[in-house]
Amino acid sequence: MKNRKRKAMSWLVLAAGLLYFLLPLLATFLFSLRGKKGVLSFVAYEHVFADPQFLKTFVFSFKMSIFTVVAGLVLIIPTTIWIHLKVPKAKPLIEVFALMPFVIPPIILAFGLIRSYSRPPLALVTTPALLVAGYVIIAFPYIYRSIDAGLRAMDLKALTEAGMSLGAGWFSLLFQVVLPNLRTSILAAIFLTFATVIGELTLAVLLAWPAFGPYMALVGRDLAYEPAALAILSFALTWGSIGIIQALSRGKIRPSAMPAPGWATMAEDTKPAEKRSSTNGLS
Amino acid sequence: MPISASGRKGARSARPLFSRKNLAWLGLAPFFLFVLAFMVLPAGNILVGSFQDREGAFTLANFANLLRPNIVKSYLVTIRLSAVTALIGSLFGFLVAYAIILGGLPKPIRSFVSTFSGVASNFAGVPLAFAFIATLGRVGLLTTLLKTFLGIDLYDKGFSLYSFWGLAFTYIYFQIPLMILIISPAIDGMKKEWREASENLGATTFQYWLHVGIPVLAPSLLAAFILLFGNAFGAYATAYSLTGGLINLVPILIGAQIRGDVLHDPNLGYALAFGMVIIMGLSISVYSWVQKIASRWMK
Repeated sequence: MKNRKRKAMSWLVLAAGLLYFLLPLLATFLFSLRGKKGVLSFVAYEHVFADPQFLKTFVFSFKMSIFTVVAGLVLIIPTTIWIHLKVPKAKPLIEVFALMPFVIPPIILAFGLIRSYSRPPLALVTTPALLVAGYVIIAFPYIYRSIDAGLRAMDLKALTEAGMSLGAGWFSLLFQVVLPNLRTSILAAIFLTFATVIGELTLAVLLAWPAFGPYMALVGRDLAYEPAALAILSFALTWGSIGIIQALSRGKIRPSAMPAPGWATMAEDTKPAEKRSSTNGLS
Repeated sequence: MPISASGRKGARSARPLFSRKNLAWLGLAPFFLFVLAFMVLPAGNILVGSFQDREGAFTLANFANLLRPNIVKSYLVTIRLSAVTALIGSLFGFLVAYAIILGGLPKPIRSFVSTFSGVASNFAGVPLAFAFIATLGRVGLLTTLLKTFLGIDLYDKGFSLYSFWGLAFTYIYFQIPLMILIISPAIDGMKKEWREASENLGATTFQYWLHVGIPVLAPSLLAAFILLFGNAFGAYATAYSLTGGLINLVPILIGAQIRGDVLHDPNLGYALAFGMVIIMGLSISVYSWVQKIASRWMK
């Protein structure tokens, strides 16, 4: 009796949630089909794809996201492995840094980067490198969390000791033992970074780069139906990236630990980490 | 216990400054240098800048300027918007999370909702603004439907997507999924036995929540609320593409100072940014503190 009532309530809540979340998507989709008067058509999408700026800005943002992924992984994977193996004491420190992008939101980060790097000898504002550096900072909690989760899911210590006793050097340990085991986490980090960077607006607009986010905002200012088409495309892109992560990590990493902003999952992540670091501290 | 003998010896012996252990920290140098250059230095520069005038001399005038009526107003509006959307977002997000985890719904629904939450919490910024223009804008789907079928003209009644509540509705779209993602572990931690035990002892649903459910969840709920608050407070992209400067939220004001749109006064901008960092820093400290209490129940 009680259970049935609870079940009915659950369905009700779920239905209300679905209504709130699907209605805007439906509305956007219908809106995007109204490009031609009187009939439903994909004209708005054709317009979007025909605009040379669309391709140009998308390619720019795509390039930036690749740079961000590469720089972020190269910087963060070895660091996280090193912390797990050699300096578990640095763990709380890196956790603090993983929270910082929350305290310093992109708008502040952009402001600080402009102030710090707009004068010689460090006039980096004119190079995309500064944009990528900012993106790496924004993506850092995502990348760190998924690599950290991946490292905790395997017995890194035993793996490296086994590898070394078989005569493997650091290089082959990293590329033949550790990284293959991290494949899922790395892919998750890549797609999450990609989903974050591709439509990013704040840094791109304030550092004045012709990226996809600012382009979308510009289109939204001038046109009516094309923005809806862009929104649908970008939703599909996000859905695709996150969907791939979910498919990849099914069973291996808890879904709740993956797509939330890095700081959101800190709570569940810290405890086992503390346990592990205390055992590591002895060796 | 897999502790090697050599490791023990190393830990016991006296450690000189350049022991292997301390040298191991050097391996972290590239990362820390990067963070120093692109996170700590920029933030520090804002801090310094907020105490400087145009010529770089020390001043407190920027903080006095924060007390200008329009700036105080924008802080209040931003705080109100963040609090309202965090409150609604955490309430409804909690209900949904509870429904999919302990509500007796089929299992696949949970994985669908959590995947969707991952997507929707990342679906902020420009596209989200477009979606709400298509829904609640002047010619949006919902606006038109209400007008045609129920004769309710939202915009005649004083509603506007570009007003406070319009913005709030939009923010809630990324707040609820975020709440679902961060509160799920806490709900997972609630044992079925607690409810069964209290029911066996004759407790009503209300009593169960009053004496067991809410006390256990309170720290997690508070922590989640704070994160949602900060999440809304720092949001720039959604506000930027939706308000067009109609509502002067703090992030919008800061953006305007950077771009030199309005009265270009970078130092006032630094002070604004500094104020924002203080609020964010406060929320994250309270969050960490509450989280420590919450983690007691998550064993």
